[in-house]
Amino acid sequence: MASIASPVTAPRVTYLNHEHGVASWLLTKDHKRIGLMYLVVVTFAFFLGGLFASMIRLELATPAGDLLSADTYNKMFTMHGVAMVFFVLIPAVPAILGNFVLPLMLGAKDVAFPKLNLLSWYIFVIGFLFTVYAMVAGGVDTGWTFYTPYSSRASNSNVMMTGIGVFITGFSSILTGLNFMVTIHRMRAPGLTWFRLPLFVWAVYATSLVQILGTPVIAITVLALAIERGLHFGIFDPALGGDPVLFQHMFWFYSHPAVYIMILPPMGAISEVIACFSRKSIFGYSFVAFSSLAIAIFGFLVWAHHMFVAGISVYSALVFSFLTYAVAIPSAVKTFNWTATMYKGAIWLKAPMIWAIAFLALFLIGGLTGLITAALGVDVHIHDTYFVVAHFHFIMVGGAIMGFFAGLHYWWPKITGRMYSDIWAKVAAIIVLAGFNLTFGPQFILGYLGMPRRYHVYPEEFQVLNVLSSAGASILAVGYLLVGIYLTASLFKGERAGPNPWRATGLEWTTQSPPLPHNFDVQPIVTQEAYEYTRRKITVS
Amino acid sequence: MGSGFSLFPEQASTLAPRVDNLYFFIVAVTAFFAVLVSVLVIVFAWKYRTSDPLAVGEHIHGSIPLELGWSIIPFVVAVVIFGWAADVFFDLQRPPDQTIEIYSTAKRWMWKFQHVDGQSEINELHVPVGRAVKVMFTSEDVLHSMFFPSFRVKADAIPGRYSTVWFTATKIGEYHLFCAEYCGTNHSGMIGKVVVMEPAAYQSWLTGALGAGSISQRGEQLFNDLACNTCHLSDGQGRGPSLVNKFGSSEELTDGARVMVDEAYVRESILRPQAKLVAPYQPLMPTFQGLVSEENVMALVEYIKSLRSSGGGAARTGAPAPRAAAPETRENR
Repeated sequence: MASIASPVTAPRVTYLNHEHGVASWLLTKDHKRIGLMYLVVVTFAFFLGGLFASMIRLELATPAGDLLSADTYNKMFTMHGVAMVFFVLIPAVPAILGNFVLPLMLGAKDVAFPKLNLLSWYIFVIGFLFTVYAMVAGGVDTGWTFYTPYSSRASNSNVMMTGIGVFITGFSSILTGLNFMVTIHRMRAPGLTWFRLPLFVWAVYATSLVQILGTPVIAITVLALAIERGLHFGIFDPALGGDPVLFQHMFWFYSHPAVYIMILPPMGAISEVIACFSRKSIFGYSFVAFSSLAIAIFGFLVWAHHMFVAGISVYSALVFSFLTYAVAIPSAVKTFNWTATMYKGAIWLKAPMIWAIAFLALFLIGGLTGLITAALGVDVHIHDTYFVVAHFHFIMVGGAIMGFFAGLHYWWPKITGRMYSDIWAKVAAIIVLAGFNLTFGPQFILGYLGMPRRYHVYPEEFQVLNVLSSAGASILAVGYLLVGIYLTASLFKGERAGPNPWRATGLEWTTQSPPLPHNFDVQPIVTQEAYEYTRRKITVS
Repeated sequence: MGSGFSLFPEQASTLAPRVDNLYFFIVAVTAFFAVLVSVLVIVFAWKYRTSDPLAVGEHIHGSIPLELGWSIIPFVVAVVIFGWAADVFFDLQRPPDQTIEIYSTAKRWMWKFQHVDGQSEINELHVPVGRAVKVMFTSEDVLHSMFFPSFRVKADAIPGRYSTVWFTATKIGEYHLFCAEYCGTNHSGMIGKVVVMEPAAYQSWLTGALGAGSISQRGEQLFNDLACNTCHLSDGQGRGPSLVNKFGSSEELTDGARVMVDEAYVRESILRPQAKLVAPYQPLMPTFQGLVSEENVMALVEYIKSLRSSGGGAARTGAPAPRAAAPETRENR
């Protein structure tokens, strides 16, 4: 490795080896161990969701419904969405990377409420178990959006059990957000003022705001659905005197901001990676920081753009379309600032930077196609078609998952103390980028042609594009498996990373890798801005 | 429809080219920004690459003019897109005054269409070329969505509400009808076609496919069978208001508010009579929720629409106000 220190030896005491046994993990209050425990559950959920996605793409390789029955197919896309949204995308960056690096970045011993942090993990796992049970015991077929009155009246699948799972998991998200917010307010090292914080911290802060304010609404929505389904109390079903569109308002009031729970933290990780591998201060620090808050706040005001053809008035559609364009601006500002950060940098093209550039490429397409879906006159045509499917996968997979991988590759040496194969990581990034574009690129064309989403059987003229998409999905799967292989291999064979293999700024790089159980030997004191890259060797405390 | 592989949908309505032009404009604008950023990222990554881990970049912290520039320029571009898209949207949402009206009900998993003269068809819709057609529809069970890709129009079918789509077909042919809102097992089988015909051919199709009387005749039969006529006397002396000339008018409610008598209000008054009670009548009418199917509600609505007399009060006796034959356009309110 290109690390500067001569032969790196393994640190003697780390958070990984100071205690042993299952109980030392299950009862830990160490934010680093809890982060890893989230990684295990989320990885499992990712495989589960990926398996469902593979079934969808296999079925859609032919126009006829010849692999799965219609009901099974409907369960596949529903469970794909539920697993990926609630158990991968929402927890991936905040709960895994946030848990691990946030206290380290702040120079803190742990989060503000370590026991609450452990409780959050248990709540998450219990919610996940309910959901997995619902999947195993027959599945659920409402779509991850649970639209009424189908979900409350017509569906014969495990709606209640899935709803309970989502309901419970929400509390994990709320408590994690609360914990992080208090941690950022109260646990910063001396000298670490708000405007010296790494941008990842700003992103996590903005995310926490959304988690705390938004998640209770999905809990209420799911509860109301359960009351209607179980007790026949009319809330959403017009046959019982309810209003089905009310459900959509409530659902999207959370689920749109939830997109920002998914994408803001990866954006934060991208800011870290781009600054580090450009060896430069991030361009327009305060604009990037405040754009996170702007996205979090505006994100609450755009929910009805999911409902332009769902019977809302023409004038409310106008307002929500306009606000949607407003929320696009801070995302554009971030993208321009990342690009400008690379200008006159000293760009070190290591694997995390390659993943970050792949993120930029995909997020750019995801964000810009959002301008198309937000356009009222066009959205009428493309709403509920594959165009929308492609758009949100570019954001949620191309953006959030690529950003997660960029962050994971960046902090992996810190987390494990080991280096992975740089070349394989670059190869995987390129395979994923290519596979992703081949999977979802054709779906834009399919959508504009008019192919509706959630179709088990489709007209023959759509087959060519669907076959391309399915082929891309198999390439994508190879890319993801490759990541799993070389990261696992690095645990056994990887070179020792040393405290700061990337020569990055940031307090997390001043302690050993893997870090001490209590993070730092001495309380770090911060005397400079974030991302002050200079030629002098960065000191290791 | 079914014409083999293509990369772009047919333009078969007057609005399709307008939607597509807007789409091309946004695609061009977004492609410009995508290419701009991608090229810059690639150029920077190449030009400033280094393999020296000790190298550092230049000390540049930002630039207020640049930040303002790349906030304001995208905002202006976004406002232009917004305005153009809103203009197209208004036209998609507002049917012209003169339309052929067609009623439809969606239920799992079929589309039923009723032409005002009584022809009904399932999963097929025949319309003449060059004439504005308005489809008014609801759902009998869960959400559905009526989607004609070649016309670029779509609207959700919502139980308990009326939705409309309108279009003027410009090309003779057969085009897809899809259900776009997930509705359970056979969602992807809830498809059909719209057949766009020469007006003359449409005319002969209409006569050939004649059903059992016009919708409003069926509505009148129901009006009698359900005993609506015992209270809603045409001379206004009944326990309920006369319904002659009521459709399209504005009525005062018992709470002082005013309501426009449109399809949705008539439907609501049949199913939930107490919701918006016209002054000064008493809340005596029973609810017909569960007793009348959505199709029959539509027939009643159509009958009430037809109750237009030029003063006499003879409407109830069965002769709806003279009305042009179906292919003729008629006034919509």
